[in-house]
Amino acid sequence: MSLKSTSKTNPITNLLGDFGFFIRRNITGLGYAARMFFLVLMRSGGLFKRPRLVSDQILFVGNYSFVIITVSGLFVGFVLGLQGYYTLTRYGSEQALGLLVALSLTRELGPVITALLFAGRAGTSLTAEIGLMKAGEQLSAMEMMAVDPLRRVIAPRLWAGIIAMPILATIFTAVGVLGGYLVGVPLIGVDSGAFWSQMQGGVDLFDDIANGFIKSVVFGVAVTFIALYQGYESKPTPEGVSQATTRTVVLSSLAVLALDFLLTAMMFSN
Amino acid sequence: MKKSAIDIWVGLFVTIGMLAMLFLALKVGNMSAVSFAPTYTVSARFDNIGGLKSRAPVKSAGVVVGRISTIQFDDTTYQATVTMTIEKAYQFPKDSSAKILTSGLLGEQYIGLEAGGDEQMLADGGKITQTQSAIVLENLISQFLYNKAADTGQDKGDTKSGTK
Repeated sequence: MSLKSTSKTNPITNLLGDFGFFIRRNITGLGYAARMFFLVLMRSGGLFKRPRLVSDQILFVGNYSFVIITVSGLFVGFVLGLQGYYTLTRYGSEQALGLLVALSLTRELGPVITALLFAGRAGTSLTAEIGLMKAGEQLSAMEMMAVDPLRRVIAPRLWAGIIAMPILATIFTAVGVLGGYLVGVPLIGVDSGAFWSQMQGGVDLFDDIANGFIKSVVFGVAVTFIALYQGYESKPTPEGVSQATTRTVVLSSLAVLALDFLLTAMMFSN
Repeated sequence: MKKSAIDIWVGLFVTIGMLAMLFLALKVGNMSAVSFAPTYTVSARFDNIGGLKSRAPVKSAGVVVGRISTIQFDDTTYQATVTMTIEKAYQFPKDSSAKILTSGLLGEQYIGLEAGGDEQMLADGGKITQTQSAIVLENLISQFLYNKAADTGQDKGDTKSGTK
């Protein structure tokens, strides 16, 4: 890999050189990350013999995110109920409030907001944990003992993230729908029967709910892997770990939003 | 195998997730529409299907009795062939008619079946012969304008020749 350009004479050449270096470093990083991803997948077979590793990680990644996801879901549901009602009364369709809340949540907000919150809460803790393991030379020590860190440390956390994300997204969506109901029916006065029947008539099991589920699985893979990779490749210093944590949140959020666009275009175009 | 408290919490977490999934599937989605009742297939030909889509409902007297499975174009008769599945519990006479109707004014389109009077019932693979195509809004408007033009033309003609 080439070093940064050190020409003192021409600032334009410097700039181009730096830009070229930046591109090359990122492309190399992408390649390295892809290789690591496939390595981790291939070495996940041993987890069937030690499922306790995965379930321990699900506790850290899933259970501890449960509170934030549930509370956020409730408030997002409240807001959807309110805003939806205000907009729908303009067109005289308040009865469609249940449909609006349910479709927004199952198709988009459930997977995306859960993924963003998951990146912030679980992603950063994963990055920090792995980064500190690297800084404390635990990963090197494992390699010395012929224990593959990818198999022992990274793979359980990856699978825990992939399992926990859809569960959290489903909980978010369900709680959000209930939140929308609580605001719409007792508080505002939309008819309860219309709320549920419009929703059941408009939300399709395979087109909406299943697609939302698939989205949350894809986001789970993306967020968890970005978090683990950033931790694994962080500089083994305290600043390195904190930089890696910030990069996790930024990259995961961007990746989630970009993937959301791609998946929506693929799934919901007619 | 040692049991630890972690297992209980993780199990609880996964259970809550599955309950949420169940809630979504039953209460929020239209799983009740995904029925596994035995069905039989019937086809019908239309001149114009309008905005009909596959998996649209087939209703009789307003109640859903089946779903549309496929819509194909027949290039020998230049008509659309619609194949629909109807639940076996509902039998329709051989001379039933199928119309393409719209729910509400601008809602989704569906097929409405009206029972005829024949004693023999439609069997699996049967064909509905009496069909009425969808109402195309442009045709309706042009028809209305043509009639309006014809009326005013007739009035003008009457006053001119003084037969009024």
